[in-house]
Amino acid sequence: MSTFTENHKKLERNVTLLGIGAFIAVAIGGVVEIAPLFWIDNTIEKVEGMRPYTPLEQVGRDIYVREGCYACHSQMIRPFRDEVERYGHYSLAAESMYDHPFQWGSKRTGPDLARVGQRYSDEWHVQHLKDPRSVVPESVMPPYSFLADADIDVSRIGEKLKALRAVGVPYSERDIERALIDIKAQANPEVDAEDFAERYPKAQIRDFDGDPNRLTEMDAMVAYMQMLGTLVDVNSVAAQEELAAEKGR
Amino acid sequence: MAIERPKKPAGKRIDEPTGTETVGHEWDGIEELDTPMPRWWLWTFYATIVFSIGYVIAYPAWPMIREGTHGVLGWTSRGELAREVARAEEEKGPLRDAISPLPIETLPSRPELMRAAVAGGRAAFKVNCVQCHGAGAAGSSGYPNLNDDEWLWGGDLRAIEVTLLNGIRQPADDATRTSLMPAFGRDGILTPARIDQVADHVLSLSGKAQGDVAGAQLFLDNCAVCHGMNGAGNREFGAPNLADAIWLFGGTKEEVVQQISTPRHGVMPAWSHRLDPVTIKMLAAYVHSLGGGEDFVEVAADPAVQVDERP
Repeated sequence: MSTFTENHKKLERNVTLLGIGAFIAVAIGGVVEIAPLFWIDNTIEKVEGMRPYTPLEQVGRDIYVREGCYACHSQMIRPFRDEVERYGHYSLAAESMYDHPFQWGSKRTGPDLARVGQRYSDEWHVQHLKDPRSVVPESVMPPYSFLADADIDVSRIGEKLKALRAVGVPYSERDIERALIDIKAQANPEVDAEDFAERYPKAQIRDFDGDPNRLTEMDAMVAYMQMLGTLVDVNSVAAQEELAAEKGR
Repeated sequence: MAIERPKKPAGKRIDEPTGTETVGHEWDGIEELDTPMPRWWLWTFYATIVFSIGYVIAYPAWPMIREGTHGVLGWTSRGELAREVARAEEEKGPLRDAISPLPIETLPSRPELMRAAVAGGRAAFKVNCVQCHGAGAAGSSGYPNLNDDEWLWGGDLRAIEVTLLNGIRQPADDATRTSLMPAFGRDGILTPARIDQVADHVLSLSGKAQGDVAGAQLFLDNCAVCHGMNGAGNREFGAPNLADAIWLFGGTKEEVVQQISTPRHGVMPAWSHRLDPVTIKMLAAYVHSLGGGEDFVEVAADPAVQVDERP
């Protein structure tokens, strides 16, 4: 015992040896804990229905990140009964596959938003974002009324999608070419948006912020809120059977 | 004078007062005791190592080529969730089976079921309804207060259940409650001056303003068809009673003028697409119990109270 501790002192007193030792320890941890996530099946499961965000949703998502919504809202429903009863079906890894970065969060001062889509009316969202306490008196959320006054900067929208494509989001050439047309089409039910709807299945097309004449950050934010968790039909029988048969997690 | 440091630890020795061995080095006469780990700590540490071996065998632990090890117990977090939900369903089973076949009208005659339904409804309300109607169901501007006895679409158990099932202004639901107030200002049906007169008349119904004859006539011509001659409302169209002190979108002059000019219309989801029929019955029972619930008998005795009993 005493010789072993004596040897350990050599390691402790030699910074190079200690550095090499620490590196080996961390590398083993990384190989065991991180690397397998890139190949084991249940972290890269494919699910039906996922598609990249529409330009408008993506802008809303960027505002979500810009305003730091993740500091209080998670987007990750864990497989516990209390969470599932309150928020809906637990989140699947693939539902975040086009998130850069993902918004799982780690703190819930406010509720989880992973499946908030289509649970409330657009008017509710607009009113709630402008003045949270007018609909939820006990809320501590700050007001975001300025979103309704801020026009979206649409000039670089194509580049935005291109940047996302560079990190692996499968936007097509056409998606990028038509990004500017798409972002306007989604918020304007008057425009013929057939081409847009075909490329983005389940996209919701309407004026989101109650001001049809302008394309505001409020439009983008509400569009993003309303699509969260609506793409994958997690409650379908096939999906349920597949999930139930899964082992090892 | 240079301080001479010992090149090697100056030899371990037993410290006399404590009886503990020293580490072996010494600086300016200060030595360090090599106090051994407390035994309880050491054994706890060894125990955790032994425990981890058992844990790794029993539970999912090591990531392999295609998937993680399953563990001999076959435990999964999703499986545990499924079991927990099934257990909860089983507990609620008898109650739900008892409520399920009963038409909601007969619920009040079974007080023990009614009590259970109200309790279940309270829980479901907290999850699904508080966002708009508020934690105490007191509503807010644009979202009705469910505690009072003013009902837009009817306040007996059946009417509340119908509203819950089919929602309000849900185009996807055929039986949804729907109506549309004309935008008298935006669509140019009335001039701003006339809207002002009508607003005064509307406010005069609850004694909040002085109306005039012109306003009353405008009200009769444009509003009475839905809101009634005396502004008492009509539940067939969800037209609110304008003669009481309860206002959905606010009762100041500006708010009334705004509502006449460019009306806002509330919506509510059709819950039959999201919740099971028993939960909806429970919700109806809870909302009915809040204070303003209307009685079927009471309605029969007083024909003036209109109730939409559309199935």
